[in-house]
Amino acid sequence: MPLHVIATAKQVMDPESPPSAYRVDREAKRVVPHPATKIPPVINGFDENGIEAALRIKDAVKDAKVTILAAGPSFSMDVMKKALAMGADEMVLVQDPALDNVADSTVTAKVLAAAVRKIGPFDLIISGRQASDWDNAQVPLGLAELLGVACVPVTRKVEVKDREVVCERILADGYEVVSAALPAVVTVSNELGQPRYPTLRNIMAAARKQPTIWKLADLGLAPADLAPRLLVMDLYIPEKTSQCELIKGENEEDSGRLLALKLREAKFI
Amino acid sequence: MTSPRGVLIVGEHTNGQLGAPTLELLAHGRALATALGEELAIALLGESLGGLPQEAIAYGADKVYAVTDPLLKEAHLDAYLGTLVKACEAHAPRIVLLARTELGRDLGPRLALRLNTALAQDCLEVRLDSDKRLVAVRPVYGGNCTAVVTVASLPMMAAIRPKTAEPLPRNPSRRGQVIQEAAGLAPSVIRTRVLQRVQEAQEGLRLETARVVVAGGRGLGGAEPFHKELQELASVLGAAVGATRAVVDIGWVPYSYQIGLTGKSISPDLYVTVGISGASQHMAGCSGAKVIVAINKDSEAAIFKAARYGVAGDWKKVLPAFTKQLRELL
Ligand SMILES: Cc1cc2nc3c(=O)[nH]c(=O)nc-3n(C[C@H](O)[C@H](O)[C@H](O)COP(=O)(O)OP(=O)(O)OC[C@H]3O[C@@H](n4cnc5c(N)ncnc54)[C@H](O)[C@@H]3O)c2cc1C
Repeated sequence: MPLHVIATAKQVMDPESPPSAYRVDREAKRVVPHPATKIPPVINGFDENGIEAALRIKDAVKDAKVTILAAGPSFSMDVMKKALAMGADEMVLVQDPALDNVADSTVTAKVLAAAVRKIGPFDLIISGRQASDWDNAQVPLGLAELLGVACVPVTRKVEVKDREVVCERILADGYEVVSAALPAVVTVSNELGQPRYPTLRNIMAAARKQPTIWKLADLGLAPADLAPRLLVMDLYIPEKTSQCELIKGENEEDSGRLLALKLREAKFI
Repeated sequence: MTSPRGVLIVGEHTNGQLGAPTLELLAHGRALATALGEELAIALLGESLGGLPQEAIAYGADKVYAVTDPLLKEAHLDAYLGTLVKACEAHAPRIVLLARTELGRDLGPRLALRLNTALAQDCLEVRLDSDKRLVAVRPVYGGNCTAVVTVASLPMMAAIRPKTAEPLPRNPSRRGQVIQEAAGLAPSVIRTRVLQRVQEAQEGLRLETARVVVAGGRGLGGAEPFHKELQELASVLGAAVGATRAVVDIGWVPYSYQIGLTGKSISPDLYVTVGISGASQHMAGCSGAKVIVAINKDSEAAIFKAARYGVAGDWKKVLPAFTKQLRELL
């Protein structure tokens, strides 16, 4: 049996897009792209690191299969296929309008857990440490609990050796080397390194692959399972009132000098 | 089952002291418990706890669940989780609060799932509505938006960002109840093993506690200025040195320098940024800074929205003159 690694991937609004590219629909309590912008969504950056981690394991152990798993109300195939073009073998999309605007991560975790069970046996699940929209950092941890497996969060290196996963877990002042028996859930951070670029060969292979698409009903989930318990009461863009005093001298050197004098005058130094 | 009551805090401690985030949590929890007219309890876990329970009471707790077990020697996630699930089931709190620290960040979601409830993550503010429901205010979309959320199941859980409250004044004569409990942990709950812990020593001061921080961004153009011009500024000011994620990703400095949403949170009296654009994910880590000073060649950069003083100019010209003048003043 090849080692089976599942990498989860969330489609999100591009977090690097300028504030003019989105707005808040306060009625629907959601962030929506500005109608005039054409910035495409992206695979959550940390999830791309996770896909990279999965592919590195595949490179190292040779006999491995990487399945991409995503859940959401709708997907841009151009965006999601990047995961296959990077080198993943298969992709499962849980696509259902009922997954629109889910703020309760436990609901997402339940959906993904049901999908993982339907996919079949797995050895390792790799997720990004958090999604760049709600920054919750909850779904993979919840997934580990629901599947009853070990969990190693926020790592920068993931290796599989002798039915164990060995990770470097990032700490504020260094890291720790942590191991867990498979199956397990691991989350990765950007320190893992840049995700690889799709090769032409993989892009062509990806174009021929058809993702498996399931609805919630295919997972045997009832609407009651999806009732959110974290409710969004309000959502808004916080006001930032600038009160910056720009120091202007005769030239840039002079501005630097005056800045120092200003800080002394205001007793900050 | 008894109906859920009271507020329970998950305490953290190192080297025989309650962590600052825990003292802040006690202040948050005290306010909620008083508003509810119910008790504030704290769970303290460890191999042994010494005087910590008394300290927690001095900082506002009414009750301490002191859980000791050799397996709790290190703050191991799995061991903490197993113990806290039991404590929550036994004591049925209405509200459970964690600090969004390295431990709390990973513990909260798992505890919420085990207790079959939901967690409001990364909160800046918590309060009660008229139905005694927990309402939390939290940044989302990397700090570009603010969400107000509530938890509709019990216990209502929130993970609160450190440095969002002042600890209550320590009152050693405050009285409370200490309840000794056994963790009753089976070693098998521990599913992950720490093989090695590696300290990547950062030169100089600790970012988290430094009173002055200077940081550089992609605008510095390379690794060298971090060791030269920025380091000189830091030496003159007695400051810790930090960086943006962009710089860490390129590899100019190690991750331990990163300030922001997915890096360190700082709260210095003075924060000087050089060549940093001021992306919301970076600013999320320095909301506690009292005064921000920015040097950036783009006068439209977002950093000037957050800064109190700034120079719109090339750091190569501004910074040496700034440092030189500071040296004369200090
Ligand atoms: C989920 C997520 C989490 C993130 N977490 C973090 C985090 O924890 N911390 C973090 O910092 N970022 C984080 N980011 C990244 C963040 O969005 C920004 O990309 C990053 O902070 C930008 O870093 P920067 O300011 O160094 O670079 P840039 O945005 O490229 O800014 C460089 C600045 O330097 C100025 N400059 C250039 N040359 C000069 C010169 N000669 N003199 C003066 N000024 C000059 C430019 O005008 C510009 O404003 C995160 C992003 C995501 C999506």
